[in-house]
Amino acid sequence: MTGPLDPPARALDPAHGRHLLLQMLRVRRLEEKCVELYSAAKIRGFLHVYIGEEAVAAGVLETLAPDDAVLATYREHGHALLRGVPAGAILAEMYGYVEGCCRGRGGSMHLFDAATRFYGGNAIVAGGLPLAVGMALADKMSGRSRATVCFFGEGAVAEGEFHESLNLAALWQLPVLFCCENNLYAMGTALGRSESQTDMALKAAGYEVAAWAVDGMDVLAVEDAARRAVEAVRSGGGPHFLELRTYRFRAHSMFDPERYRDKAEVARWLERDPITLLRTSMEAAGQLSAQEWDQLEAEADAEVAAAVEFAEAGTLERVEDLTRFVYSERGADGGAAATGRSGP
Amino acid sequence: MKSSYREALRAGIRDAMLRDERVFLMGEDVGSYGGSFAVSLGLLEEFGPQRIRDTPLSESGFVGAGIGAALAGMRPIVEIMTVNFSLLALDQIVNNAASLLHMSGGQFNVPLVIRMTTGAGRQLGAQHSHSLEGWFAHIPGLRILAPATLADARGMLWTALQDPDPVLIFEHGSLYNVAGELDDDAGAVDIDTAAVRRPGADVSLITYGGTLPPVLDAAGQLAADGIDAEVLDLRTLRPLDEAAILASVRRTHRAVVVDEGWRSGSISAEISARITENAFYDLDAPVGRVCSAEVPIPYSKHLELAALPSVDRITAAARQAVSAGG
Repeated sequence: MTGPLDPPARALDPAHGRHLLLQMLRVRRLEEKCVELYSAAKIRGFLHVYIGEEAVAAGVLETLAPDDAVLATYREHGHALLRGVPAGAILAEMYGYVEGCCRGRGGSMHLFDAATRFYGGNAIVAGGLPLAVGMALADKMSGRSRATVCFFGEGAVAEGEFHESLNLAALWQLPVLFCCENNLYAMGTALGRSESQTDMALKAAGYEVAAWAVDGMDVLAVEDAARRAVEAVRSGGGPHFLELRTYRFRAHSMFDPERYRDKAEVARWLERDPITLLRTSMEAAGQLSAQEWDQLEAEADAEVAAAVEFAEAGTLERVEDLTRFVYSERGADGGAAATGRSGP
Repeated sequence: MKSSYREALRAGIRDAMLRDERVFLMGEDVGSYGGSFAVSLGLLEEFGPQRIRDTPLSESGFVGAGIGAALAGMRPIVEIMTVNFSLLALDQIVNNAASLLHMSGGQFNVPLVIRMTTGAGRQLGAQHSHSLEGWFAHIPGLRILAPATLADARGMLWTALQDPDPVLIFEHGSLYNVAGELDDDAGAVDIDTAAVRRPGADVSLITYGGTLPPVLDAAGQLAADGIDAEVLDLRTLRPLDEAAILASVRRTHRAVVVDEGWRSGSISAEISARITENAFYDLDAPVGRVCSAEVPIPYSKHLELAALPSVDRITAAARQAVSAGG
């Protein structure tokens, strides 16, 4: 099927609502700090923030189990954090320090974490989709019922790897969930200027992939759709596709003067800020007190403060180790890799 | 036992499939068709469609899927029909397979083997005939193999599958029908070292893959003229066995590199540079090179032959090296 899902019928458990609010706030506050630290030249390179899109990662990742796998794009700080990568390790990575989750080899666009099965951090648009297909293939061939979840932007839909990957996943009925974060702009190119067919779910459905379009600013709708999709994927229902309709509040990167969209459009979307939406609806329902909101903010702020402290105390990789990790380091017996942790 | 290069490759794949259930073969027409060069003929019947997996014409998709499967614990062998088609998968090979371990700070290695046909000589025109293995040898994070003998065709695959990192195996199309004796107990071989295929004292002929047979022919002709050529088969193009190259040059004091790739920016240029960097004072003559003409490989037989390293060009280059200097 394609098209919008019915909204979730169940009532919101207030504790769960507060948890989702906190998850989104954690990402928001961390990235606001990243922007500040970029301006202070603590972080360099490209920095792409997810501000405005937090409901997507928060809603989808909420539905995953520890042994599922996650792949994301270069706009992946939020996905890494909500998957369980410590904020300090994320920030130290952006500082370029050895305490970072990739020892400073990856940077903002290449966050990886074996412990949480977080496979990047891919800065080639659509480059992660074939990997997700292969990881799901390995699970299927090995008889494991777990899901591989791959996030990508709507810009990826113009790449050949998108089409090859959806076809392969459907052809082989693989346990993979494709999450298309449609924020309407591929860097500065509006969707209507890059795609002849702008309905992403329809494209996926053309490959016989079950595809649903979801309001990506409504974390509850995202979570509900993702939960149904992940359950279907895990139980042998083949690949699924979610088009998550969202919006990037900030510039594409720190170098973007935003000539391609007008301020009125941004202002309209800001009214649908996913954090504000959930907060106000919970407040209206008497599910969130001012004190509880303050506690959530304080918790998110404390995590960011601790992360900054951790990153500030970071150290540099020894230059003598520059060429480590180009090839796996062999054990003393010359056998198995001592470093790489790829495997089931 | 008698074996062709093709049969030796097949025996290597079959052996790996039997020894390790994580191993599977994936690529275009590897199953029902039997392999575009018949390398995998009969394997579908023996191992079934899950492990001898036909793919659509989606090089980037199925190479990337091989990388993903490797990340998740499998040991995939991905077959690409020819090296020219591998260009459709360059993103996955270079940006993912070769880079993931480093980008992830040592967390995610990619134990993947990619096999592909390379080289000219069969009148297949410019889009099926190029020799781009030297190009791939430019990329840190990859290991590049070029089996030139039956024993290497039989034995390199298993060792490559034990490597925790991505390995690309280039099979020259002119070798598939080469037949000869293969030891009954032929098995895994090392993939680290170059091999002296013919010892000699007067000049080192350094080559790999599809040009090993013409180089050996050339050495035979040179011997008849009293020139004792040593033939070094590189076997592995990355990492180069620099010690073996320099040791040979220090024995013979003359070197000719024979490479079917184009001359400009080639693996032959790299080898020549390393010799001059490290053994300049051991040389009695400039390093010579025999490469393909700088042209997309043409269809017409006489033009194709004119573009490729030939026995005559190899012997001429060797004679020039021997006649030059002291």
